[in-house]
Amino acid sequence: MASTLAQKIIARAAGRDSVRPGEVVTAQVDLAMIHDSGGPRRVEPILKELGVGLFDASKVVLISDHFVPGDTDEGARILELTRQWARERKVAFHDGEGICHVVLPERGHLKPGMLVVGGDSHSPTGGAFGAYMFGIGATEMAGVLATGEIWLKVPGTILIEWQGRLSPGVLAKDIMLALCGRLGMDGGQYQAVEYTGEAIAALSMQERMTLSNMAAELGGQAGLIAPDATTEAYLESVGGSAGDWLGLVTDPGAELAAHHVFDASTLEPQVAAPHSPANAMPVTQAPETRFEVAYIGACTGAKYEDLKGAASILRGRKLAPGLALKVAPASMRDQQRAADEGIMAVFEEAGAQVLPNACGICAGYGADRLGEDVTCISSTARNFQGRMGASSSKIWLASPLTVAASAITGQIADPREFLNDGEGVA
Amino acid sequence: MSGRIFLLGDDIDTDQLAPGQYMKGGLDMLAAHCLEAARPDFAGSVKPGDVIVAGKNFGMGSSREQAAEALKHLGLAGVVAKSFAGIFYRNALNLGLPVLVADDISAVEDGDAASLDPAAGELVLEARNRTVRLEPLPDNLKPMLADGGLVPHLKKRFAAERAKEAGE
Ligand code: SF4
Repeated sequence: MASTLAQKIIARAAGRDSVRPGEVVTAQVDLAMIHDSGGPRRVEPILKELGVGLFDASKVVLISDHFVPGDTDEGARILELTRQWARERKVAFHDGEGICHVVLPERGHLKPGMLVVGGDSHSPTGGAFGAYMFGIGATEMAGVLATGEIWLKVPGTILIEWQGRLSPGVLAKDIMLALCGRLGMDGGQYQAVEYTGEAIAALSMQERMTLSNMAAELGGQAGLIAPDATTEAYLESVGGSAGDWLGLVTDPGAELAAHHVFDASTLEPQVAAPHSPANAMPVTQAPETRFEVAYIGACTGAKYEDLKGAASILRGRKLAPGLALKVAPASMRDQQRAADEGIMAVFEEAGAQVLPNACGICAGYGADRLGEDVTCISSTARNFQGRMGASSSKIWLASPLTVAASAITGQIADPREFLNDGEGVA
Repeated sequence: MSGRIFLLGDDIDTDQLAPGQYMKGGLDMLAAHCLEAARPDFAGSVKPGDVIVAGKNFGMGSSREQAAEALKHLGLAGVVAKSFAGIFYRNALNLGLPVLVADDISAVEDGDAASLDPAAGELVLEARNRTVRLEPLPDNLKPMLADGGLVPHLKKRFAAERAKEAGE
Protein backbone atom coordinates (compact mmCIF):
# COMPACT_ATOMS: atom_id res chain seq x y z
CA MET A 1 0.00 0.00 0.00
CA ALA A 2 1.33 3.44 -0.91
CA SER A 3 1.74 5.27 2.39
CA THR A 4 2.58 8.75 3.60
CA LEU A 5 5.56 9.37 5.83
CA ALA A 6 3.16 9.91 8.75
CA GLN A 7 1.46 6.56 8.11
CA LYS A 8 4.80 4.77 7.96
CA ILE A 9 5.94 6.14 11.29
CA ILE A 10 2.62 5.54 13.03
CA ALA A 11 2.33 2.01 11.62
CA ARG A 12 5.71 1.12 13.04
CA ALA A 13 4.90 2.62 16.44
CA ALA A 14 1.57 0.79 16.49
CA GLY A 15 3.22 -2.52 15.58
CA ARG A 16 1.35 -2.73 12.30
CA ASP A 17 2.37 -3.28 8.67
CA SER A 18 0.27 -0.34 7.55
CA VAL A 19 -2.41 2.00 8.82
CA ARG A 20 -5.16 3.96 7.10
CA PRO A 21 -6.13 7.60 7.69
CA GLY A 22 -9.03 7.82 10.11
CA GLU A 23 -8.24 4.58 11.94
CA VAL A 24 -7.73 4.90 15.68
CA VAL A 25 -4.61 3.05 16.86
CA THR A 26 -2.63 2.71 20.05
CA ALA A 27 1.04 3.47 19.55
CA GLN A 28 4.14 2.92 21.68
CA VAL A 29 5.90 6.17 22.46
CA ASP A 30 9.64 6.30 21.69
CA LEU A 31 10.28 9.50 23.60
CA ALA A 32 8.36 11.89 25.84
CA MET A 33 9.55 15.45 26.35
CA ILE A 34 8.31 17.63 29.18
CA HIS A 35 9.22 21.09 30.44
CA ASP A 36 9.10 22.88 33.76
CA SER A 37 5.70 24.46 33.15
CA GLY A 38 3.55 21.51 32.08
CA GLY A 39 5.91 18.83 33.41
CA PRO A 40 6.71 17.60 36.93
CA ARG A 41 4.45 19.98 38.81
CA ARG A 42 1.44 18.83 36.79
CA VAL A 43 2.23 15.16 36.05
CA GLU A 44 3.65 14.05 39.40
CA PRO A 45 0.39 14.50 41.36
CA ILE A 46 -1.37 12.35 38.74
CA LEU A 47 1.33 9.66 38.81
CA LYS A 48 0.98 9.63 42.62
CA GLU A 49 -2.78 9.34 42.37
CA LEU A 50 -2.37 6.42 39.96
CA GLY A 51 0.26 4.88 42.20
CA VAL A 52 2.68 4.15 39.35
CA GLY A 53 6.15 5.18 38.20
CA LEU A 54 7.55 6.05 34.76
CA PHE A 55 7.07 3.54 31.97
CA ASP A 56 10.75 3.94 31.04
CA ALA A 57 12.90 6.72 32.50
CA SER A 58 15.37 6.41 29.61
CA LYS A 59 12.64 7.56 27.22
CA VAL A 60 11.79 10.73 29.11
CA VAL A 61 13.58 14.06 28.64
CA LEU A 62 12.95 17.02 30.93
CA ILE A 63 13.96 20.54 29.92
CA SER A 64 13.59 23.71 31.98
CA ASP A 65 12.78 26.74 29.87
CA HIS A 66 9.51 28.44 30.81
CA PHE A 67 10.41 29.63 34.32
CA VAL A 68 14.16 30.07 33.72
CA PRO A 69 15.89 32.05 35.22
CA GLY A 70 13.54 31.69 38.20
CA ASP A 71 13.62 35.34 39.13
CA THR A 72 10.26 35.29 40.89
CA ASP A 73 9.39 33.33 44.04
CA GLU A 74 6.96 31.21 42.10
CA GLY A 75 9.40 30.58 39.25
CA ALA A 76 12.18 29.63 41.67
CA ARG A 77 9.86 27.22 43.48
CA ILE A 78 8.76 25.57 40.23
CA LEU A 79 12.38 25.19 39.08
CA GLU A 80 13.36 23.63 42.40
CA LEU A 81 10.51 21.16 42.15
CA THR A 82 11.55 20.40 38.56
CA ARG A 83 15.16 19.71 39.58
CA GLN A 84 14.16 17.51 42.46
CA TRP A 85 11.86 15.48 40.21
CA ALA A 86 14.67 14.98 37.67
CA ARG A 87 16.89 13.56 40.43
CA GLU A 88 14.21 11.31 41.88
CA ARG A 89 12.89 10.04 38.59
CA LYS A 90 16.36 9.72 37.01
CA VAL A 91 15.48 11.20 33.64
CA ALA A 92 17.71 13.12 31.22
CA PHE A 93 17.50 16.75 32.34
CA HIS A 94 18.63 19.89 30.52
CA ASP A 95 18.47 22.72 32.98
CA GLY A 96 18.73 26.27 31.70
CA GLU A 97 20.32 25.09 28.44
CA GLY A 98 17.67 26.63 26.25
CA ILE A 99 14.16 26.22 24.87
CA CYS A 100 12.92 22.63 24.78
CA HIS A 101 12.23 22.38 21.01
CA VAL A 102 15.75 23.51 20.20
CA VAL A 103 17.57 21.66 22.98
CA LEU A 104 15.91 18.30 22.24
CA PRO A 105 17.48 17.79 18.78
CA GLU A 106 20.64 19.70 19.67
CA ARG A 107 21.39 17.20 22.44
CA GLY A 108 20.83 14.26 20.12
CA HIS A 109 17.50 12.99 21.47
CA LEU A 110 15.59 13.00 18.19
CA LYS A 111 15.82 10.56 15.31
CA PRO A 112 13.74 10.11 12.17
CA GLY A 113 10.99 7.53 12.43
CA MET A 114 10.41 8.08 16.14
CA LEU A 115 6.96 8.63 17.61
CA VAL A 116 7.42 11.41 20.15
CA VAL A 117 5.05 13.33 22.40
CA GLY A 118 5.88 16.68 23.91
CA GLY A 119 4.14 18.54 26.70
CA ASP A 120 4.03 21.71 24.63
CA SER A 121 2.04 22.89 21.65
CA HIS A 122 5.08 23.60 19.47
CA SER A 123 6.14 19.97 19.64
CA PRO A 124 5.64 19.55 15.87
CA THR A 125 9.15 21.09 15.67
CA GLY A 126 10.51 17.53 15.95
CA GLY A 127 8.96 16.80 12.55
CA ALA A 128 11.85 18.66 10.92
CA PHE A 129 13.91 15.57 11.79
CA GLY A 130 11.37 13.14 10.36
CA ALA A 131 9.99 12.24 13.79
CA TYR A 132 6.22 12.14 14.28
CA MET A 133 6.13 14.53 17.21
CA PHE A 134 3.05 16.20 18.60
CA GLY A 135 1.94 18.17 21.61
CA ILE A 136 -0.31 16.91 24.39
CA GLY A 137 -1.60 18.35 27.66
CA ALA A 138 -0.37 17.45 31.12
CA THR A 139 -3.03 14.87 32.02
CA GLU A 140 -2.45 12.98 28.79
CA MET A 141 1.30 13.26 29.37
CA ALA A 142 0.87 11.69 32.80
CA GLY A 143 -0.97 8.86 31.06
CA VAL A 144 1.91 8.41 28.60
CA LEU A 145 4.49 8.49 31.39
CA ALA A 146 2.50 5.82 33.22
CA THR A 147 1.78 3.52 30.28
CA GLY A 148 4.22 4.33 27.45
CA GLU A 149 1.35 4.43 24.99
CA ILE A 150 -0.97 6.89 23.34
CA TRP A 151 -3.97 6.71 21.03
CA LEU A 152 -3.90 8.38 17.66
CA LYS A 153 -6.40 8.89 14.93
CA VAL A 154 -4.20 8.19 11.92
CA PRO A 155 -4.00 11.58 10.21
CA GLY A 156 -4.40 12.37 6.59
CA THR A 157 -1.44 14.23 5.09
CA ILE A 158 -1.62 17.80 3.85
CA LEU A 159 1.30 18.08 1.47
CA ILE A 160 2.64 21.61 1.22
CA GLU A 161 4.98 21.95 -1.71
CA TRP A 162 7.19 24.98 -2.31
CA GLN A 163 8.67 25.01 -5.78
CA GLY A 164 11.62 27.19 -6.79
CA ARG A 165 13.96 28.95 -4.38
CA LEU A 166 13.42 31.63 -1.78
CA SER A 167 14.86 35.04 -2.67
CA PRO A 168 17.54 36.66 -0.52
CA GLY A 169 16.00 38.16 2.62
CA VAL A 170 13.10 35.69 2.68
CA LEU A 171 13.12 32.98 5.34
CA ALA A 172 11.21 29.91 6.52
CA LYS A 173 9.34 32.22 8.88
CA ASP A 174 7.96 34.13 5.88
CA ILE A 175 6.78 30.84 4.38
CA MET A 176 4.90 30.07 7.57
CA LEU A 177 3.29 33.47 7.97
CA ALA A 178 2.21 33.34 4.34
CA LEU A 179 0.75 29.85 4.92
CA CYS A 180 -1.11 31.01 8.05
CA GLY A 181 -2.53 33.86 6.00
CA ARG A 182 -3.59 31.69 3.07
CA LEU A 183 -4.71 28.50 4.79
CA GLY A 184 -5.84 29.96 8.12
CA MET A 185 -5.12 28.73 11.60
CA ASP A 186 -7.14 25.59 11.05
CA GLY A 187 -5.70 24.89 7.60
CA GLY A 188 -3.83 21.94 9.12
CA GLN A 189 -7.09 20.41 10.43
CA TYR A 190 -5.13 18.43 13.03
CA GLN A 191 -3.73 16.33 10.19
CA ALA A 192 -0.08 15.69 9.40
CA VAL A 193 1.37 18.64 7.52
CA GLU A 194 4.30 17.64 5.33
CA TYR A 195 6.60 20.16 3.66
CA THR A 196 8.23 19.28 0.40
CA GLY A 197 9.66 20.76 -2.79
CA GLU A 198 12.85 22.37 -4.01
CA ALA A 199 12.72 25.33 -1.62
CA ILE A 200 12.33 23.04 1.41
CA ALA A 201 15.10 20.69 0.28
CA ALA A 202 17.42 23.69 0.03
CA LEU A 203 16.75 24.80 3.62
CA SER A 204 19.11 24.18 6.54
CA MET A 205 17.96 22.15 9.53
CA GLN A 206 17.29 25.21 11.68
CA GLU A 207 15.17 26.80 8.96
CA ARG A 208 13.26 23.54 8.59
CA MET A 209 12.66 23.58 12.34
CA THR A 210 10.88 26.92 11.94
CA LEU A 211 8.54 25.36 9.36
CA SER A 212 7.73 22.36 11.55
CA ASN A 213 7.43 24.53 14.67
CA MET A 214 4.71 26.66 13.12
CA ALA A 215 2.74 23.67 11.86
CA ALA A 216 1.18 24.33 15.28
CA GLU A 217 -0.10 27.69 14.01
CA LEU A 218 -1.68 25.93 11.05
CA GLY A 219 -3.46 23.61 13.46
CA GLY A 220 -1.63 20.52 12.20
CA GLN A 221 -0.90 17.67 14.58
CA ALA A 222 2.60 17.23 13.17
CA GLY A 223 4.81 19.09 10.69
CA LEU A 224 6.98 16.59 8.85
CA ILE A 225 9.94 16.89 6.52
CA ALA A 226 11.36 13.71 4.99
CA PRO A 227 14.86 12.93 6.28
CA ASP A 228 17.55 13.64 3.67
CA ALA A 229 21.28 14.35 3.53
CA THR A 230 20.79 17.66 5.40
CA THR A 231 19.04 15.79 8.21
CA GLU A 232 21.75 13.16 8.30
CA ALA A 233 24.53 15.77 8.46
CA TYR A 234 22.84 17.47 11.42
CA LEU A 235 22.27 14.18 13.22
CA GLU A 236 25.91 13.20 12.74
CA SER A 237 26.99 16.54 14.17
CA VAL A 238 25.14 15.68 17.41
CA GLY A 239 26.36 12.10 17.50
CA GLY A 240 23.37 10.40 15.87
CA SER A 241 22.22 8.99 12.58
CA ALA A 242 19.03 8.69 10.58
CA GLY A 243 19.66 4.95 10.19
CA ASP A 244 17.07 3.11 8.12
CA TRP A 245 14.84 6.14 7.90
CA LEU A 246 17.22 8.11 5.69
CA GLY A 247 15.54 8.68 2.35
CA LEU A 248 12.14 7.52 3.54
CA VAL A 249 9.45 9.58 1.86
CA THR A 250 5.74 9.74 1.24
CA ASP A 251 5.18 7.20 -1.54
CA PRO A 252 4.06 8.52 -4.92
CA GLY A 253 0.38 7.72 -5.21
CA ALA A 254 -0.24 7.74 -1.43
CA GLU A 255 -3.66 9.10 -0.56
CA LEU A 256 -3.40 12.77 0.48
CA ALA A 257 -5.89 14.93 2.37
CA ALA A 258 -4.73 17.93 0.33
CA HIS A 259 -1.83 19.05 -1.82
CA HIS A 260 -0.98 22.74 -1.97
CA VAL A 261 1.66 24.07 -4.36
CA PHE A 262 3.33 27.45 -3.92
CA ASP A 263 6.06 29.38 -5.71
CA ALA A 264 8.92 30.24 -3.36
CA SER A 265 10.63 32.58 -5.78
CA THR A 266 7.85 35.19 -5.65
CA LEU A 267 7.38 35.13 -1.88
CA GLU A 268 8.08 38.44 -0.16
CA PRO A 269 8.99 38.98 3.51
CA GLN A 270 5.81 38.86 5.59
CA VAL A 271 4.44 40.41 8.75
CA ALA A 272 1.36 39.31 10.71
CA ALA A 273 -0.73 42.00 12.38
CA PRO A 274 -2.14 41.60 15.91
CA HIS A 275 -3.74 39.34 17.16
CA SER A 276 -3.34 36.36 14.85
CA PRO A 277 -0.62 34.79 12.72
CA ALA A 278 -3.32 34.50 10.05
CA ASN A 279 -3.27 38.32 9.69
CA ALA A 280 -0.24 37.94 7.44
CA MET A 281 0.65 40.32 4.61
CA PRO A 282 3.77 41.18 2.62
CA VAL A 283 5.93 43.85 4.32
CA THR A 284 5.45 45.97 1.23
CA GLN A 285 1.71 46.19 1.93
CA ALA A 286 1.85 46.66 5.69
CA PRO A 287 0.36 49.82 7.19
CA GLU A 288 2.72 52.25 8.87
CA THR A 289 3.25 50.99 12.40
CA ARG A 290 5.68 52.25 15.05
CA PHE A 291 7.34 49.92 17.54
CA GLU A 292 8.66 50.49 21.04
CA VAL A 293 10.07 46.96 21.35
CA ALA A 294 11.69 44.55 18.89
CA TYR A 295 12.09 40.99 20.12
CA ILE A 296 14.34 38.32 18.69
CA GLY A 297 13.46 35.29 20.74
CA ALA A 298 11.70 31.93 21.03
CA CYS A 299 12.15 28.46 19.64
CA THR A 300 10.70 29.82 16.42
CA GLY A 301 13.01 32.77 15.83
CA ALA A 302 16.20 32.94 17.91
CA LYS A 303 18.24 29.93 16.86
CA TYR A 304 21.84 30.38 15.73
CA GLU A 305 20.91 31.12 12.12
CA ASP A 306 18.19 33.53 13.17
CA LEU A 307 20.73 35.41 15.28
CA LYS A 308 23.25 35.36 12.46
CA GLY A 309 20.75 36.75 9.97
CA ALA A 310 19.54 39.49 12.31
CA ALA A 311 23.12 40.49 13.15
CA SER A 312 24.03 40.76 9.48
CA ILE A 313 21.40 43.48 9.16
CA LEU A 314 22.25 45.25 12.42
CA ARG A 315 26.01 45.29 11.90
CA GLY A 316 27.27 48.87 11.86
CA ARG A 317 23.76 50.29 12.22
CA LYS A 318 21.91 51.97 15.06
CA LEU A 319 18.58 51.21 16.66
CA ALA A 320 15.73 53.64 16.10
CA PRO A 321 15.60 56.26 18.88
CA GLY A 322 13.48 55.09 21.79
CA LEU A 323 13.25 51.50 20.57
CA ALA A 324 14.37 48.64 22.81
CA LEU A 325 15.78 45.55 21.10
CA LYS A 326 15.67 42.42 23.24
CA VAL A 327 17.43 39.23 22.19
CA ALA A 328 16.90 35.88 23.91
CA PRO A 329 18.99 33.26 22.08
CA ALA A 330 17.05 29.99 21.88
CA SER A 331 19.77 27.84 23.37
CA MET A 332 22.98 28.14 25.30
CA ARG A 333 24.82 26.27 22.57
CA ASP A 334 23.50 28.55 19.83
CA GLN A 335 24.39 31.61 21.89
CA GLN A 336 27.91 30.28 22.45
CA ARG A 337 28.40 29.70 18.76
CA ALA A 338 27.03 33.14 17.98
CA ALA A 339 29.37 34.66 20.56
CA ASP A 340 32.37 32.81 19.11
CA GLU A 341 31.59 34.20 15.68
CA GLY A 342 31.16 37.79 16.84
CA ILE A 343 27.39 37.74 16.32
CA MET A 344 26.51 38.49 19.94
CA ALA A 345 28.94 41.42 19.85
CA VAL A 346 26.87 42.97 17.05
CA PHE A 347 23.77 42.90 19.27
CA GLU A 348 25.68 44.37 22.16
CA GLU A 349 27.15 47.15 20.05
CA ALA A 350 23.72 47.99 18.71
CA GLY A 351 22.59 48.40 22.32
CA ALA A 352 20.39 45.31 22.51
CA GLN A 353 19.51 43.75 25.82
CA VAL A 354 20.44 40.05 25.91
CA LEU A 355 18.03 37.87 27.91
CA PRO A 356 18.37 34.27 29.21
CA ASN A 357 18.10 31.20 26.94
CA ALA A 358 14.48 30.67 27.85
CA CYS A 359 10.90 31.26 26.75
CA GLY A 360 10.80 34.58 28.60
CA ILE A 361 8.65 37.21 26.91
CA CYS A 362 7.25 34.73 24.39
CA ALA A 363 5.43 33.02 27.25
CA GLY A 364 4.57 36.35 28.87
CA TYR A 365 6.96 35.68 31.76
CA GLY A 366 9.55 37.80 33.47
CA ALA A 367 10.19 41.45 34.15
CA ASP A 368 10.60 42.16 30.41
CA ARG A 369 7.05 41.17 29.49
CA LEU A 370 5.29 43.81 27.39
CA GLY A 371 3.70 46.65 29.32
CA GLU A 372 0.40 48.43 28.68
CA ASP A 373 -0.11 49.63 25.10
CA VAL A 374 3.39 48.61 23.96
CA THR A 375 3.68 47.70 20.27
CA CYS A 376 6.26 45.04 19.53
CA ILE A 377 7.64 43.34 16.44
CA SER A 378 8.66 39.81 17.28
CA SER A 379 10.31 36.73 15.78
CA THR A 380 8.05 34.45 17.87
CA ALA A 381 5.26 32.21 16.58
CA ARG A 382 2.14 33.62 18.19
CA ASN A 383 0.62 37.05 18.60
CA PHE A 384 -2.62 36.32 20.40
CA GLN A 385 -3.88 39.14 22.53
CA GLY A 386 -2.02 39.38 25.83
CA ARG A 387 0.35 36.54 25.06
CA MET A 388 3.56 38.46 25.70
CA GLY A 389 2.32 40.66 28.52
CA ALA A 390 -0.40 43.25 29.00
CA SER A 391 -3.58 42.58 27.07
CA SER A 392 -3.39 46.10 25.63
CA SER A 393 0.02 45.32 24.06
CA LYS A 394 0.18 44.58 20.35
CA ILE A 395 2.43 42.04 18.68
CA TRP A 396 3.45 41.97 15.04
CA LEU A 397 5.12 38.77 13.89
CA ALA A 398 7.97 38.68 11.39
CA SER A 399 11.18 36.89 10.49
CA PRO A 400 14.33 37.69 12.48
CA LEU A 401 15.59 39.63 9.44
CA THR A 402 12.46 41.77 9.32
CA VAL A 403 12.55 42.30 13.09
CA ALA A 404 16.17 43.49 12.82
CA ALA A 405 15.41 45.84 9.92
CA SER A 406 12.38 47.21 11.78
CA ALA A 407 14.50 47.76 14.90
CA ILE A 408 16.65 50.11 12.82
CA THR A 409 13.78 52.12 11.34
CA GLY A 410 11.39 51.88 14.31
CA GLN A 411 8.62 50.81 11.98
CA ILE A 412 7.84 47.92 9.65
CA ALA A 413 10.81 47.65 7.33
CA ASP A 414 11.67 45.49 4.36
CA PRO A 415 14.82 43.51 5.25
CA ARG A 416 15.78 43.31 1.58
CA GLU A 417 16.74 46.97 1.75
CA PHE A 418 19.30 46.18 4.45
CA LEU A 419 20.99 43.08 3.10
CA ASN A 420 24.74 43.39 3.20
CA ASP A 421 26.38 41.65 0.26
CA GLY A 422 26.83 37.96 0.69
CA GLU A 423 25.85 37.69 4.31
CA GLY A 424 22.94 36.94 6.48
CA VAL A 425 20.99 35.00 3.97
CA ALA A 426 20.60 31.45 5.06
CA MET B 1 -29.56 18.01 32.71
CA SER B 2 -30.90 21.05 30.97
CA GLY B 3 -29.19 24.38 30.54
CA ARG B 4 -28.82 27.30 28.22
CA ILE B 5 -26.66 27.86 25.21
CA PHE B 6 -23.81 30.31 24.87
CA LEU B 7 -23.23 30.80 21.18
CA LEU B 8 -19.68 31.80 20.21
CA GLY B 9 -17.85 32.40 16.95
CA ASP B 10 -14.85 30.78 15.25
CA ASP B 11 -11.29 30.46 16.54
CA ILE B 12 -11.88 30.82 20.27
CA ASP B 13 -8.30 30.46 21.54
CA THR B 14 -6.85 29.09 24.75
CA ASP B 15 -5.72 32.54 25.86
CA GLN B 16 -9.38 33.57 25.91
CA LEU B 17 -10.42 30.43 27.78
CA ALA B 18 -7.57 30.58 30.30
CA PRO B 19 -6.09 34.09 30.18
CA GLY B 20 -2.34 33.91 30.85
CA GLN B 21 -2.37 36.75 33.35
CA TYR B 22 -4.69 34.81 35.70
CA MET B 23 -2.91 31.48 35.38
CA LYS B 24 -1.16 32.03 38.70
CA GLY B 25 -4.37 32.69 40.60
CA GLY B 26 -5.59 29.10 40.61
CA LEU B 27 -8.58 27.54 38.94
CA ASP B 28 -11.23 29.67 40.68
CA MET B 29 -9.69 32.89 39.49
CA LEU B 30 -8.97 31.51 36.02
CA ALA B 31 -12.54 30.32 35.63
CA ALA B 32 -13.84 33.70 36.77
CA HIS B 33 -12.06 35.30 33.78
CA CYS B 34 -12.82 32.53 31.29
CA LEU B 35 -13.91 33.98 27.92
CA GLU B 36 -14.17 37.52 29.27
CA ALA B 37 -12.77 38.99 26.06
CA ALA B 38 -15.42 37.33 23.85
CA ARG B 39 -18.28 37.29 26.38
CA PRO B 40 -17.81 39.54 29.41
CA ASP B 41 -20.98 38.11 30.96
CA PHE B 42 -19.93 34.47 30.57
CA ALA B 43 -18.25 33.47 33.83
CA GLY B 44 -20.77 35.43 35.89
CA SER B 45 -23.87 33.95 34.34
CA VAL B 46 -22.92 30.41 33.29
CA LYS B 47 -24.65 27.66 35.28
CA PRO B 48 -24.02 23.93 35.59
CA GLY B 49 -25.58 22.17 32.63
CA ASP B 50 -25.08 25.04 30.21
CA VAL B 51 -23.59 24.30 26.80
CA ILE B 52 -21.20 26.27 24.61
CA VAL B 53 -21.92 26.08 20.90
CA ALA B 54 -19.17 27.51 18.73
CA GLY B 55 -17.87 27.73 15.20
CA LYS B 56 -14.71 26.22 13.88
CA ASN B 57 -11.32 25.62 15.54
CA PHE B 58 -12.52 25.96 19.13
CA GLY B 59 -9.62 25.85 21.61
CA MET B 60 -6.83 26.76 19.24
CA GLY B 61 -3.49 27.85 20.63
CA SER B 62 -1.51 26.50 23.53
CA SER B 63 -1.54 23.03 25.06
CA ARG B 64 -2.56 24.44 28.44
CA GLU B 65 -5.16 22.16 29.94
CA GLN B 66 -6.53 24.92 32.09
CA ALA B 67 -8.53 26.02 29.04
CA ALA B 68 -10.67 22.90 29.32
CA GLU B 69 -10.37 22.73 33.09
CA ALA B 70 -11.87 26.19 33.49
CA LEU B 71 -14.94 25.19 31.47
CA LYS B 72 -15.34 22.02 33.45
CA HIS B 73 -14.92 23.94 36.69
CA LEU B 74 -17.79 26.22 35.69
CA GLY B 75 -20.00 23.16 35.36
CA LEU B 76 -20.47 23.26 31.63
CA ALA B 77 -22.21 20.17 30.27
CA GLY B 78 -19.96 20.29 27.25
CA VAL B 79 -18.91 22.12 24.12
CA VAL B 80 -20.39 21.61 20.67
CA ALA B 81 -18.41 23.11 17.79
CA LYS B 82 -18.02 22.82 14.05
CA SER B 83 -14.44 21.77 14.73
CA PHE B 84 -11.94 21.71 17.56
CA ALA B 85 -8.23 22.38 17.74
CA GLY B 86 -6.63 18.97 18.21
CA ILE B 87 -4.82 19.44 21.50
CA PHE B 88 -7.79 21.09 23.17
CA TYR B 89 -10.04 18.27 21.98
CA ARG B 90 -7.79 15.65 23.54
CA ASN B 91 -7.34 17.65 26.74
CA ALA B 92 -11.07 18.16 27.21
CA LEU B 93 -11.89 14.48 26.86
CA ASN B 94 -8.96 13.53 29.09
CA LEU B 95 -10.44 15.80 31.76
CA GLY B 96 -13.92 14.37 31.27
CA LEU B 97 -15.43 17.41 29.51
CA PRO B 98 -17.64 16.29 26.61
CA VAL B 99 -16.65 17.94 23.31
CA LEU B 100 -18.68 17.09 20.24
CA VAL B 101 -18.55 18.03 16.62
CA ALA B 102 -21.65 19.26 14.77
CA ASP B 103 -21.61 19.92 11.05
CA ASP B 104 -24.56 22.24 11.17
CA ILE B 105 -25.20 24.61 14.05
CA SER B 106 -27.37 27.03 12.10
CA ALA B 107 -30.46 26.08 14.11
CA VAL B 108 -28.87 27.18 17.37
CA GLU B 109 -29.42 30.60 18.89
CA ASP B 110 -27.75 32.23 21.82
CA GLY B 111 -29.70 31.75 25.03
CA ASP B 112 -31.68 28.72 23.78
CA ALA B 113 -32.71 26.18 26.38
CA ALA B 114 -30.94 22.94 25.56
CA SER B 115 -29.71 19.65 26.88
CA LEU B 116 -26.63 17.80 25.72
CA ASP B 117 -26.55 14.02 25.49
CA PRO B 118 -22.99 13.00 24.56
CA ALA B 119 -23.74 9.26 24.53
CA ALA B 120 -26.66 9.65 22.14
CA GLY B 121 -24.80 12.30 20.12
CA GLU B 122 -27.61 14.84 20.42
CA LEU B 123 -28.09 18.44 21.42
CA VAL B 124 -31.79 18.89 22.09
CA LEU B 125 -33.13 22.43 21.69
CA GLU B 126 -36.03 22.00 24.05
CA ALA B 127 -38.03 25.15 23.49
CA ARG B 128 -37.95 24.69 19.75
CA ASN B 129 -38.45 21.00 19.48
CA ARG B 130 -35.34 20.55 17.43
CA THR B 131 -32.35 18.28 17.72
CA VAL B 132 -28.85 19.01 16.49
CA ARG B 133 -27.07 15.82 15.41
CA LEU B 134 -23.56 15.44 16.74
CA GLU B 135 -20.79 13.25 15.37
CA PRO B 136 -20.39 10.19 17.57
CA LEU B 137 -17.22 10.00 19.66
CA PRO B 138 -14.56 7.54 18.50
CA ASP B 139 -15.23 4.16 20.13
CA ASN B 140 -11.96 4.12 22.04
CA LEU B 141 -12.88 7.34 23.83
CA LYS B 142 -16.37 6.42 24.97
CA PRO B 143 -15.27 4.31 27.96
CA MET B 144 -12.81 7.02 29.03
CA LEU B 145 -15.45 9.74 28.99
CA ALA B 146 -17.90 7.44 30.75
CA ASP B 147 -15.31 6.92 33.50
CA GLY B 148 -14.99 10.70 33.87
CA GLY B 149 -11.69 11.22 32.06
CA LEU B 150 -8.25 9.71 31.64
CA VAL B 151 -7.17 9.58 35.30
CA PRO B 152 -10.20 7.70 36.64
CA HIS B 153 -10.05 5.53 33.52
CA LEU B 154 -6.41 4.60 34.09
CA LYS B 155 -7.07 4.05 37.79
CA LYS B 156 -9.65 1.47 36.86
CA ARG B 157 -7.26 -0.12 34.39
CA PHE B 158 -4.38 -0.33 36.88
CA ALA B 159 -6.69 -1.65 39.59
CA ALA B 160 -7.88 -4.37 37.23
CA GLU B 161 -4.29 -5.24 36.34
CA ARG B 162 -3.32 -5.44 39.99
CA ALA B 163 -6.33 -7.59 40.80
CA LYS B 164 -5.40 -9.90 37.97
CA GLU B 165 -1.81 -10.20 39.15
CA ALA B 166 -2.96 -10.87 42.69
CA GLY B 167 -5.29 -13.59 41.43
CA GLU B 168 -2.63 -15.37 39.42
S1 SF4 C 1 9.71 30.00 23.17
FE1 SF4 C 1 7.54 30.50 23.09
S2 SF4 C 1 6.68 29.14 21.53
FE2 SF4 C 1 8.70 28.32 22.10
S3 SF4 C 1 8.27 26.81 23.74
FE3 SF4 C 1 8.71 28.75 24.73
S4 SF4 C 1 6.70 29.73 25.05
FE4 SF4 C 1 6.44 28.11 23.50
